[in-house]
Amino acid sequence: MKTLFDKSVKGRVGVIPAMPQKRAEEMLPQNLLRSKKPNLPELSELDVIRHFTQNSHKNFSVDGNFYPLGSCTMKYNAKVLEHIASLPGFTQVHPFIPQIKGGEKYTQGALQAVYETEQLLCEINGMKAFTTQPMSGANGEFTGVMLIAAYHKDKGNKKTKIVVPDSSHGTNPASAMMAGYEVINIESKDGMVDPDALEAALTDDVAALMMTCPNTLGLFEKHLPKIVEKLRKIDALLYYDGANLNAIMGKMRVGDVGFDVVHLNLHKTMGTPHGGGGPGSGCVGVSERLEPYLPVGRVVKNTDGTFKLSFDFPKSIGYIAPFLGNFSVFLKALAYINRLGKEGIPRAAEYAVLNANYMRKKMEKFLIVPYNRVCMHEFVSSPPEGMKALDLAKALLEHGIHAPTIYFPLIVHECLMFEPTETESKETLDHLVALMEEFVAEGSKNPAYLHDMPLSTPVRRLDETQAARKMILKQEEN
Amino acid sequence: MPYIPHTEQELQEMLQVIGVNSLDDLFADIKTDMRPKSFNLPEGKSESELTAYFENMANKNKIDFVNFLGAGYYNHYIPKAVDALALRGEFLTSYTPYQPEVSQGTLQSIYEYQTAVCRLLDMDCTNASLFDIGHALFEAGMMATRQTRKHTWIIDEAINPIWRKMLATYSANQNINIITIPHNNGMSDKEALIKAIDDSCATVMVQNPNFFGAIDDFTDVFNAAKAHKALGVISVYPVMQAVLKTPGEIGADIAVAEGQSLGMPLAFGGPYLGIIACKQDLVRQIPGRIVGKTNDLNGKEGFVLTLQAREQHIRRAKATSNICSNQGLCALKSIIHMALLGPEGLIRTAETSMYLARILADKLTKLPNVSLLNNAPFGNEFAVKLPKNAEELISKMAEHNFLLGFPVGQYYNNMDNVLLISCTEKNTEEQINNLVSTLGGLL
Repeated sequence: MKTLFDKSVKGRVGVIPAMPQKRAEEMLPQNLLRSKKPNLPELSELDVIRHFTQNSHKNFSVDGNFYPLGSCTMKYNAKVLEHIASLPGFTQVHPFIPQIKGGEKYTQGALQAVYETEQLLCEINGMKAFTTQPMSGANGEFTGVMLIAAYHKDKGNKKTKIVVPDSSHGTNPASAMMAGYEVINIESKDGMVDPDALEAALTDDVAALMMTCPNTLGLFEKHLPKIVEKLRKIDALLYYDGANLNAIMGKMRVGDVGFDVVHLNLHKTMGTPHGGGGPGSGCVGVSERLEPYLPVGRVVKNTDGTFKLSFDFPKSIGYIAPFLGNFSVFLKALAYINRLGKEGIPRAAEYAVLNANYMRKKMEKFLIVPYNRVCMHEFVSSPPEGMKALDLAKALLEHGIHAPTIYFPLIVHECLMFEPTETESKETLDHLVALMEEFVAEGSKNPAYLHDMPLSTPVRRLDETQAARKMILKQEEN
Repeated sequence: MPYIPHTEQELQEMLQVIGVNSLDDLFADIKTDMRPKSFNLPEGKSESELTAYFENMANKNKIDFVNFLGAGYYNHYIPKAVDALALRGEFLTSYTPYQPEVSQGTLQSIYEYQTAVCRLLDMDCTNASLFDIGHALFEAGMMATRQTRKHTWIIDEAINPIWRKMLATYSANQNINIITIPHNNGMSDKEALIKAIDDSCATVMVQNPNFFGAIDDFTDVFNAAKAHKALGVISVYPVMQAVLKTPGEIGADIAVAEGQSLGMPLAFGGPYLGIIACKQDLVRQIPGRIVGKTNDLNGKEGFVLTLQAREQHIRRAKATSNICSNQGLCALKSIIHMALLGPEGLIRTAETSMYLARILADKLTKLPNVSLLNNAPFGNEFAVKLPKNAEELISKMAEHNFLLGFPVGQYYNNMDNVLLISCTEKNTEEQINNLVSTLGGLL
């Protein structure tokens, strides 16, 4: 394993610009200049191409591998979306142009893209308005909770708490904290929010309840109408974590059933690639009562059908992103929605749920499925007693399939969470099922069989304790 | 059916295995009264219809401007190899590297990114990136507040106003007291900054070059911060950082940067790249993903996500931040960009941009009643006073195909005639001559 820095050869150049007419020391006083050159790698263009091409081979990806990672919605990322986001007409636009006087006429296409994204997300989710500014799911959560805080402040409500179920993503309580709230955890019962625990938690100082629906167990929250009713009584708002929206698109709109705020993960639901950990897009939708607080600038449609950027929203929480968010990312989502359309969007949800239930039925024969009823787009399971989720996950890697999400949610013992998505075929699912059955059979005869996995990946199991203890976070200079 | 492989026969077989009659039976939990009240989406488009639709939309944006607009976001050249590599499916369509055995491509790239960032900024540690610099500034402030247990942030008004607006939004409910020190005619008022620092201060934040393009040495400001146990935070411009005194040399505790100039197109606002780096004693305060080097069970070297005990998926409400993702692909683009240019390439990029800015400044100030805002040293960007309203002139110049720059008066009082203008290595002397003669005709 050689790094770019190991491969560096002093004096070698790659894409080198022409020699400048003047050097820095001729243009600036010495006391403002750095004392030595930055020690970056010196490589030819081909060196760089080979290095990253070879390293890319050490990655699993949706393009190369089945990736049933629960809660992450690793569906196929269509190539046409990438083509659209790469059009120079979109990539070459300076974000300040619509802010200069009369500048909006030069960016009508970009403003239209933002506007249409907001409109379509409103229609899919039954919300009044959307913002494209949040740059990830967690950033969307923060935005949503800040909107909730602004609403209560404006109404003069004294609210200090946000209620979060124990099955939620860790970002929920962390985002609520960042927005200034105390977090109240409530336990689940039979895979659902426990109505009694919720009742007890819903005191007058509760600002909102954050829910994931279907929840992280892959189950639809049956008590939803009752929950909405309880919240209304204390003027608390209902927040929808859109991580699992892929299950219900076209089947239920969160705005219709009483949610006030929703964040989406377009990099999950709307087929934009995850990029090895981002960039994502965490667009946030709101009901009518929260609209005044949305971040600025906002795209507004003029009566003549043209678009402009407006900052004239005095109750706005301010700037969440420097401009309108991760434009290239939500542009791909807009293209995805247009590709699938009115019929294709609900169909994606239907086949995602079909695939998950098919796998659940096949795997219930050799895995423990703790909530074994019709699930949504994903399901949780546990290995037979004595077997480790981690070992099964690693065995899948050996066979070219990415692991499911493991040890999440925390409330399931040795959790294996599978989310196949709608874009995988029956034979791909059958192959995974057959492998898992084989692992369980082999593993019960010989535990070492699983514990040794994986064998032939670029590296085998890594010592994470050593990594945290030694903290080698960069290559030292020689 | 786009992106769904099932045949009708497979569908029936699968429904039978599950034991239901139809796809909709799987949604029985969603009762009739909870079903959508409307669902007025457009009809699906074929791939060729889709492409045409968006090509038409893209064509409504004007992209042939001669560009002198920067204001924190710059039009540098991006080598074609950057996207050729970064958009490989193996990088593009992978997830956060939770399974290190099959994510070494991503992990090693982040490790190399971390190394390059530390060397460019002359700092000890960094993370796998944040969303953008506004976000990075906020996280830097929170690091300072956690480390010092103090809540007053002293902010130089000469920091990009957009990023200061983001800071205000993000810190609004954190019980943070922000004190903004007014700039002095486009220069940072170092005396006032130093005077404002006292023992209640968690951090002092400055930018170099500042929003007006002025370059300064903030060593004395950061010395004053140290004397009061406050942390020095500096925001820098990565391309200029190839030549400018480093955050490490100035004595910063935390450095942040907008990484857009390292291989990302302007793309109407993103995605960009939030860079944050710090001294060793702050490593456990850094939010977000961090990659570390270790060994596998055969002793082979490899990389993993590390120090995860700080993070939300373990610590929930007690995490250092709510951050889950990073801007992985943008960090990858930036390390490819830096590797392709190398130290000399990045330095030359900075120098040519600076050289052109000097030609531009010379010629502009020969126009009647046009002068530099101040005498501060500058890099590739500077502020000039015009005899007329800058916003009006920018608007008129756009009709002549020039993006003249940024109207400072939009975010600062009493500066309606001040223009912020920049060059990159992509500009030419011919463009500068044309710009100056066209502008001259409008004055």
